[in-house]
Amino acid sequence: MTDNHSYWAAIVRRCRNWNRNSRFSEKSVVIFLWLSAMVSILTTLGIVWVLFKESLPFFSEVSLFEYLMGTQWSPLFSPQKFGVLPLICGTFLIAAGAAMVAIPFGVGTAIFLSEYASNRTRDVIKPVMEVLSGIPTVVYGYFALTFITPLLQSVIADVEVFNALSGAIVVGIMTIPMVASLSDDAMRAVPDSLRYAAYALGSTKFETSFKIVFPAALSGVIASMVLAVSRAIGETMAVTLASGATPKLTLNPLESIQTMTAYIVQVSLGDTPQGTIEYQTIFVIGLTLFVITLCMNIVSNKVLDRYKLKYEV
Amino acid sequence: MSWNETKQLKKRKILGKIFSGLCTMAAFSSVVLLVVLLSKVFFDGWAYLDWQFVTSFPSRFFEKAGIQSALMGSLWVISLTCMIAVPIGVGASIYLEEFAPKNRFTHLIHLNISNLAGVPSIVYGILGLVIFVRGFGFGRSILSASLTTALLILPIIIIASKEAIKSIPNSTRYAALALGASKWQTVRDHVIPSALPSIMTGMILAISRAIGESAPLLIIGALGYVAFNPQGPMDAFTVLPIQIFNWAARPQAEFHQLAAAGIIVLLVVLLLMNSIAIFIRYRYQRKLR
Repeated sequence: MTDNHSYWAAIVRRCRNWNRNSRFSEKSVVIFLWLSAMVSILTTLGIVWVLFKESLPFFSEVSLFEYLMGTQWSPLFSPQKFGVLPLICGTFLIAAGAAMVAIPFGVGTAIFLSEYASNRTRDVIKPVMEVLSGIPTVVYGYFALTFITPLLQSVIADVEVFNALSGAIVVGIMTIPMVASLSDDAMRAVPDSLRYAAYALGSTKFETSFKIVFPAALSGVIASMVLAVSRAIGETMAVTLASGATPKLTLNPLESIQTMTAYIVQVSLGDTPQGTIEYQTIFVIGLTLFVITLCMNIVSNKVLDRYKLKYEV
Repeated sequence: MSWNETKQLKKRKILGKIFSGLCTMAAFSSVVLLVVLLSKVFFDGWAYLDWQFVTSFPSRFFEKAGIQSALMGSLWVISLTCMIAVPIGVGASIYLEEFAPKNRFTHLIHLNISNLAGVPSIVYGILGLVIFVRGFGFGRSILSASLTTALLILPIIIIASKEAIKSIPNSTRYAALALGASKWQTVRDHVIPSALPSIMTGMILAISRAIGESAPLLIIGALGYVAFNPQGPMDAFTVLPIQIFNWAARPQAEFHQLAAAGIIVLLVVLLLMNSIAIFIRYRYQRKLR
């Protein structure tokens, strides 16, 4: 009897210990998971802190007005000029050109995928899109430099070796998959009842897709475009390879320009000494780039979220 | 039906045909683009692609140049990146989906992650330069590169794993909890195993992004010319995309061909990883059906 009692007591004790241990390990696991989630907050704080801290000394020497309104950018040789407009201009030339490529092709692909394609065609196009979006940007840069630029040169007479157009086209190609897949998601989220209603009223397939589904998905489509433009602004390797290193306030896409990202690469590859104002410019440009893309991302994420709420009820 | 009406209907149908034709063209143009891009690279680089190219170090003389140090550098950076980013990324997504209280702070983390995913990669390079290279004193090393790349792909891994975990039905969780499993046991033994294929797909895509990434590594100081294999995480390094960038940036056509040969190697690695991801997903989908 007593034997039996001690036997059960041992089991109870063991269970209690095991429970305590597992509770302890459970707690430590949750703490590890929480820490992992905090890494993302720390990253954001780190980015903001680094960019502001390293940019401040620059603005004690150059006024914000001079920086934002100046039309000449030449920090690496005298006379030093710190007007960011030529870099902004180059960046937006690329982004606008890329949008002109990515939006028609991307949205067209999305409409095809969500409204017209059979499952089998979808199974071909979707992986192709994924492969396109998975190709490294440096490969696109090579493609622009050795294929698109010579092609342009053979069609248009006065295209420079490095030109904005070639970079814009290739960045546009790069962002097609993004526009296509996000817009496709948006249009597939439109409930079929809307389509049936349109057909019942005698619409053709074109009228249903273009006048009913597309407007219903418009906010999602626009969000995808904004994201694509923001990605084009932040794109680095392709434009560095294809579009040159000449900061210039021009709207002529056939000339060599320089984007903000390409400037950062140029300084990093050179041997600019730390602590000089030339060196600080990369942080200032980085900050400018960060602020612009962050604003665009916040807007498009908001739109996408609100849009999801609309149909997921 | 009057004559006028049928004519209008015909017009509407023709318009529809044109529209669907344009959309189809848009969709298939990306297939054409992919084929053109691949064949261009292939024809440029084929002549230089041999065993000697893979096993040689970079050189001023293009006949002798190769990618061994770049390949080894990429391998080092990617392995370290995975070791850092995968546990943190999956951990964060488990926390956010399974343990986090539904309050404003959690919402802020979600928002923060989707915004981080859109930050240009070059900004991560600047972060890595200041924090890892200079702040922690890791220098222009593989370790700095891996930490920077890990931060860069973390949002991608988290978003993919979050989606994967979200897609597991609650009945799985209730069943485990009802049998007396603790919360972590439920997650460890039931939720994660069911979500694993999707998590792995996302991870492979994130890793292939990391393999092709070069802008942030340029900023933190990967070297253009490395004539030795890295021996440890504190060594200087170069990676495949940067080696390609260096060759492509030279004016001589021979170096462009070397770049193309390098691209073929890079693409083979990436296509391999992508096909593994697609394979896992198809198998998984079939199982669900």
